Amino acid sequence: MSREVMLNAIRRGLRRGPLPADQAAMLRGRLAAHPRQLIPARSRLPHPEQVELFVRNLEKEFGTLTRVASLDDVPGAVADYLAAQNLPSELVMAPHAELRAVPWATRPLLSVREGRAEGSDAVSVQHAFAAVAETGTLMFPSAPDRPTTLNVLADTAIVLLRASRLVGAYEEAWDLLRAEIGAMPRNVMLVTGPSRSADIEQTLELGAHGPRRLHVVLMEDAG
Amino acid sequence: MHVPTSSAFKQNAHDAIGNAGLQKALARSGPSFIARRSAAVAGLPEFEQLRDTARDIKNHTLANLDFYLEAYEAKVLAAGGQVHWCSDAATARDVVLKICQDAGARTVTKGKSMISEELGINDHLERNDIEPFETDLGEYIIQLRHELPSHIIAPAFHLNMEDWEAAFRKSHTDLPADRVFTERRDILTEARTKLRARFLAADVGITGANFLIAETGTSVIVTNEGNGDLTQTLPRVHIVLASIEKMVPTLEDCMSLLRVLARSATGQDMSVYTTFSTGPRRPADLDGPAEYHVVLVDNGRSAMIGTEFQDMLRCIRCAACMNHCPVYGAVGGHAYGWVYPGPMGAVLTPSLVGIDKAGHLPNASTFCGKCESVCPVKIPLPNLMRHWREREFERHLTPPTQRWGLGVWAYFARRPALYRLATRAMAVTLGIAGRKRGRFARLPFAGGWTAGRDLPAPEGDTFFARYARAQRDGTLR
Repeated sequence: MSREVMLNAIRRGLRRGPLPADQAAMLRGRLAAHPRQLIPARSRLPHPEQVELFVRNLEKEFGTLTRVASLDDVPGAVADYLAAQNLPSELVMAPHAELRAVPWATRPLLSVREGRAEGSDAVSVQHAFAAVAETGTLMFPSAPDRPTTLNVLADTAIVLLRASRLVGAYEEAWDLLRAEIGAMPRNVMLVTGPSRSADIEQTLELGAHGPRRLHVVLMEDAG
Repeated sequence: MHVPTSSAFKQNAHDAIGNAGLQKALARSGPSFIARRSAAVAGLPEFEQLRDTARDIKNHTLANLDFYLEAYEAKVLAAGGQVHWCSDAATARDVVLKICQDAGARTVTKGKSMISEELGINDHLERNDIEPFETDLGEYIIQLRHELPSHIIAPAFHLNMEDWEAAFRKSHTDLPADRVFTERRDILTEARTKLRARFLAADVGITGANFLIAETGTSVIVTNEGNGDLTQTLPRVHIVLASIEKMVPTLEDCMSLLRVLARSATGQDMSVYTTFSTGPRRPADLDGPAEYHVVLVDNGRSAMIGTEFQDMLRCIRCAACMNHCPVYGAVGGHAYGWVYPGPMGAVLTPSLVGIDKAGHLPNASTFCGKCESVCPVKIPLPNLMRHWREREFERHLTPPTQRWGLGVWAYFARRPALYRLATRAMAVTLGIAGRKRGRFARLPFAGGWTAGRDLPAPEGDTFFARYARAQRDGTLR
């Protein structure tokens, strides 16, 4: 009932009935073409410089980063990070093929569980679908092998990112998603740094409800 | 639902200026918002162009809003979600309650949502034995203190550390009474622990929406804390509260608006969590809600379309207008008497609750124009306030003294020769009277004005006279 009332009120305000077929077709065309608007020039760089821009922006937003040369180096990088921060070595990890390919057993002190995060999990390991240099932002589309809870529930969020998955602007990341995943996933998170709040006296404090720490392990696979 | 006290703006403002705690909070926080926005804007050379882009996207959407709402609805349904159209607040409250009751909900967690405040969702749930818990840190303390937010992105803008400590001690009685709060982090940690249990126990999560995307049937929330994501990911049911003007056509359009939103609001290049939700949990997903409901609210907005106030529907709720407003900076948000303070509130509140209940708000402005100059979607806020003032005058809602004063001024303004004569007489008289000190600390009939500052004495001539002389001398440039 409200539906027709609302649509009619809008049309009355616009002084017309439902859109004529040709105009509706034009708008459907715009939705299908989803044209890009103005994109800031800052990320229009050669790929190695985009990587550096990403790192600068991530660090500006209080994220941290370790570079590794291959998947074989990931367990060491994670173990060293956790030890340096004095954090527990139990991980909950996304059941993603690329994370499963990491030789975790080379660091026997790390205990790895696969699945979604629960309230008791202290450290999560997530797989980044893409990253955006423009603002140091990570993209996590939900999927059975990339549960959403791994982005927000643990105290420390560790993310594996391949340098080849790093693009300049948001629009390029969405195009990757459209090309490789197709339909919109249930949930897509764009994450820029660890959780924070400035609600107490407008002064920034890290670690509000989401992760207190965001650590990116960047695998330098791009030439 | 909170009854608007906007018509008492004068008294509210008077009380606010005498409130030492509020004045301390305003003095501390006001300038930092302005500085952070300036720095973010300076870091993006395309910012001014992006404001035009943002305005154009919103205008295009509003001109085709019926089309985009229907396209959006079709996509939500295709993704397995539900859309509930609600033309007024009562309908929306009942729809939310019904979804919660059908879910057998006992507790509900909530992400920060201004439309929820506007609709009075919390009171309605409480009256029906469902406990709502605000999870945004600022909203959380506002709920503990039974207040309205005083700012649209920083709900606890008006509070100081001692207020936080007092509220937490009073409410968290299960914790040791002798615990010590030495820094802000202690407050944050206590809230995090308290709310973590709420997140995990809630049956329903309610969030607002910064944007709805027609292309994909997606609702978007923007937070820094991550509370919105825990709210919408952990419970079995997710309810999105969104007003109709949140619509944008595509993901690309949404990103263009996001590029100006955080920079205008907190001065960040991008908020920490920008989350796009499309329908309920998919088969084989390990987490996410089983039900996804969008409560699509009109509540007065469609009546603004086609009027001079349509421009206000571009608003993306960044709060730059109030952060830069000298009136907001002097009296804070509560003086405005309802959910939306500052310049955007002065325009929106009369549209939503009626000019008779909000009459004073469009007068709560010096017309300095700063709000319009920082608005990321270029809403002509001072002009819209002027439209409200005109309507207020036409409907005889303006107080008699003010009408009388305007009448006297109009009498002279319509008679230019008489106007010049009178102003000249005034300037000369005041010029002579104030020759010695160059200013007046007190003036008859202007006690209210001179109570707070001196009036500089005229130098004995009027603008018109000087202008005419300069024209004659050829010194006019």
